[in-house]
Amino acid sequence: MGRGLLLLIVVFFIWAVIDRRDAVVIGIVEGSILALGAVGLTLVYGVLRFAHFAHGDSMMLSAYCAFLLLSGVVTGNRPGVDTEVLPITVSDLPSATSEIWKFSFGYGLLVAMALSALLTAGVLVVLDRLVYRRLRRRNSGVVIFSIASLGLAIAIRSWVLIVWGPTPRKYTTVVRHSVDLPFDTSILADQLFILGAAITVTVLAYILLFRTKLGKAMRAMADNPELARISGIKTELVIVLTWALAGGLVAVAGVLLALQAQLDPQLGFVLLLPLFASAILGGVGNPQGAFFGGMIVGVVQAVVVTFDFLSPGYKFSVAFVILILILLIRPQGLFGVRQ
Amino acid sequence: MNGRVVLETRELVTGYGEVEVLRGVSVSVRNGEMVAVIGPNGAGKSTLLKAIFGLLPAHSGGVLLNGADVTGMSPHEVVQNGLSYVPQVENVFPSLTIQENLEMGAFVRRNGVRERMDEVFRLFPDLAARKGENTGKLSGGQRQMLALARGLMLDPTVLLLDEPSAGLSPKMVGAIFERINRINEAGTAVLLVEQNAREALSLCRRGYVLVMGRNRLEGEASSLLNNEEVGRLYLGA
Amino acid sequence: MNFTIPRLSHFGARPASLIAPATVAVVTILLILIPYERSDGDVSGVMSFLVSFLTFVAIYAIFTLGLNVQWGYSGVFNFGVLGFFMLGAYTAAIVTKQPASGNFTDYIGGFGGDLDLLPWLSSDQWLPHLVGLAAAAAVAGFVALLLAVPTLRLRGDYLAIATIGVAEVLRRVVIEETWLVNGTRGLTGIPRPLDGLVDSADYKYLLLAICGSFLVLIYILIERAIRSPWGRVLMALREDEMATEASGKNVFAFKMQSFVIGAAIMGAGGAIYAYASSSLTPEVFTHFFATFLFWAMLMLGGSGNNRGAIIGAYVLWGFWTITLQFQSYDLPDIVATRMPYLRELVLGALIVAVLLLRPAGLLPQKRQVSIWVERQLRRRPPAASGSSTDAARSSG
Repeated sequence: MGRGLLLLIVVFFIWAVIDRRDAVVIGIVEGSILALGAVGLTLVYGVLRFAHFAHGDSMMLSAYCAFLLLSGVVTGNRPGVDTEVLPITVSDLPSATSEIWKFSFGYGLLVAMALSALLTAGVLVVLDRLVYRRLRRRNSGVVIFSIASLGLAIAIRSWVLIVWGPTPRKYTTVVRHSVDLPFDTSILADQLFILGAAITVTVLAYILLFRTKLGKAMRAMADNPELARISGIKTELVIVLTWALAGGLVAVAGVLLALQAQLDPQLGFVLLLPLFASAILGGVGNPQGAFFGGMIVGVVQAVVVTFDFLSPGYKFSVAFVILILILLIRPQGLFGVRQ
Repeated sequence: MNGRVVLETRELVTGYGEVEVLRGVSVSVRNGEMVAVIGPNGAGKSTLLKAIFGLLPAHSGGVLLNGADVTGMSPHEVVQNGLSYVPQVENVFPSLTIQENLEMGAFVRRNGVRERMDEVFRLFPDLAARKGENTGKLSGGQRQMLALARGLMLDPTVLLLDEPSAGLSPKMVGAIFERINRINEAGTAVLLVEQNAREALSLCRRGYVLVMGRNRLEGEASSLLNNEEVGRLYLGA
Repeated sequence: MNFTIPRLSHFGARPASLIAPATVAVVTILLILIPYERSDGDVSGVMSFLVSFLTFVAIYAIFTLGLNVQWGYSGVFNFGVLGFFMLGAYTAAIVTKQPASGNFTDYIGGFGGDLDLLPWLSSDQWLPHLVGLAAAAAVAGFVALLLAVPTLRLRGDYLAIATIGVAEVLRRVVIEETWLVNGTRGLTGIPRPLDGLVDSADYKYLLLAICGSFLVLIYILIERAIRSPWGRVLMALREDEMATEASGKNVFAFKMQSFVIGAAIMGAGGAIYAYASSSLTPEVFTHFFATFLFWAMLMLGGSGNNRGAIIGAYVLWGFWTITLQFQSYDLPDIVATRMPYLRELVLGALIVAVLLLRPAGLLPQKRQVSIWVERQLRRRPPAASGSSTDAARSSG
């Protein structure tokens, strides 16, 4: 079954590269963002053993944090009117906003992204201590954690709506330059950055997971939490570090997503569909799998939506179809082991 | 073996939730000794090991390691005091390599891990040959060996083994017990819970028989082997 | 690691806890006082307001009951109530409405005129509506069946994400395929059941009676089902899934039946919603309003408890309505513009708070009825491998 599925995917890709090259390019960019998000999601799945329904909204929160750090702005008392709340922002750093190369942003965005990563890691760790750890102490069932994460997702989303309002925003409004690629395609310079950043961060995450003692402990806990405990691994510490790592991944993914699309509070929840599809496609708990799952879902989404009878609004619905197909054909995912 | 008691339990009472499984069990292990715990299913043998290791809270009674009270200490702490536990099932990390499995066994150790790993690999040359491989390809017997090896990484004073021969082919059973014997001869005390009573008693000097969560019999392995009741119940077919 | 293991029974039947009646009382008082004050004592206005409020509470309670059948009784995880809500509402609408006509309406169906099969009983007043209701329940149940096949055998959270998917896809389809149900323009003029029976000033009382009756009917049916042989297997299943399976009962089939029945109830609720509102627009159907709200109602009222479901619907919709009333007060701009989001924030925080502080919900649970939820909320401490079969295996 797995071989057949893989073959199908490869055939699809080959056709798409021939016939819908532009969509493939966009799909790869969006796929890299999904990959980043999915790796974090699958880590939480593996180590904490529940479906983190607040993942998408956390990505949005981080994106908005970066926005705040850059612009210092929140929604004011009347809709459409903003107020500045920060005396200084990252943009005040010398030349922080002058565009690098052909990108639409300066190094300020990178600084904001890094700071947002730290903040998000902190937020997720705090939420774990306030909510999930208490549920762990009570040995609650997996399902309870998921419902709690749903409640948190709602809270996070409404918080974003309260602070920044429902109207979508962007980091900058400058014109976006494109860059020509071989094979008669082009890509926005920003998208090149997104692809590069996503891959870099994913590689860093891998190095952490596969070459450091802590990373191995995370994978060990995802594998067999009881044995990890028996081996003397401090499980609570590993959990905190997992949330921190997930927070970092979520933040970068969120900022990149906002760069690619826009800052939109409504985006977070529906993003769960392609995120989960990616993680499940790759095999839940498997970080490499999540990466490939994200890329595949990204490209398939972008390409399928170019079919005439489908409007672009159906993009995430495509992820849903992928999800159902995976559950029907090979529920353990491409790289998972049949339980 | 110098006769010093390294591990003992005193009237240990524990269970799952409201269900009591151990109703006052006392065992002891001396330095370098190998002691067997046998008994019928449901007697509480596995529960005893879990309670000693801190996976289950003691409702009453105590556990002493090297004379110090470790009752209810978390696995993380007790592992640093020289106790190691190899569970019966799910006793390896399936998606980690063999080497990574051993690394996890030595997680709390900061230095000398490399050297210790080499020592352990010398005891398990089959594993050494495949140390970079995933555990997925291992046979049941080899997996048990890996589980043992992981348990040895911290050079424990006492090794708690939960039915290491369970589910293995007769040939592998022999191999496992031979390995355990070697581990014991190297100086590690072993508390061996076994369903395979005959093998266990032929390996160990002393043994305990647990029935319904209580001590039923204890004594030298040879006398237990010859004991009529034990023979009827556990050493028969 | 010495911790006291909580006794399961500690959790269950707590006789005559005052929290539930107190909350209901507070909500009721505010519901009467605030509109009274706002309208300067316009009693009939307040009555009108309350009747409308209760009507919708009854409708939302139906959804919550359906969710309870799925989650509270069978532990099936439906985060896509929105999908079944929409299926029910739109199905009922296109069955009862007249065919599409005019430049700005485009939708399928429109069987309203064709269903006047018993004109001597003025069946145009009620027959299409009953047919619509049945169709709504059937469609919702059918889609649930389709969804359950690939997902129920797997992990519960896979079903959850699949239900979110169905809901989202349906939402998208309704908006994009404007030929289906008129897209963002929505459907208006859905005929009201038994419209001609009373004059329009009193119709709201009739509507309340209709909705209330359906609520009572569904409540009774569920309570009956729980006490039937089928229901008893369901209960045993929750008590110990593995033992029930070992005794030969097909666990999957039971969960599937629960899921489908719950979905059918939600479809019926959607139909009644359509009749009561007379018009449907896609903006109304958001994940927040049509999924999270019902989860909050159920969690607050008491999972696994039908009366709790109804109380939860009353209290939460009461809270919602009261805070809506606040908006008519002179609030500082900074709060007024954010009011809708503040309410959502409270809802999210409420779900988390209930799980942390009072997982049983407002109403004390009857032990008989909700052992599954109890177990999920406070499981036994893990054995060496954390599952009951392993505990049995390795306790020897």
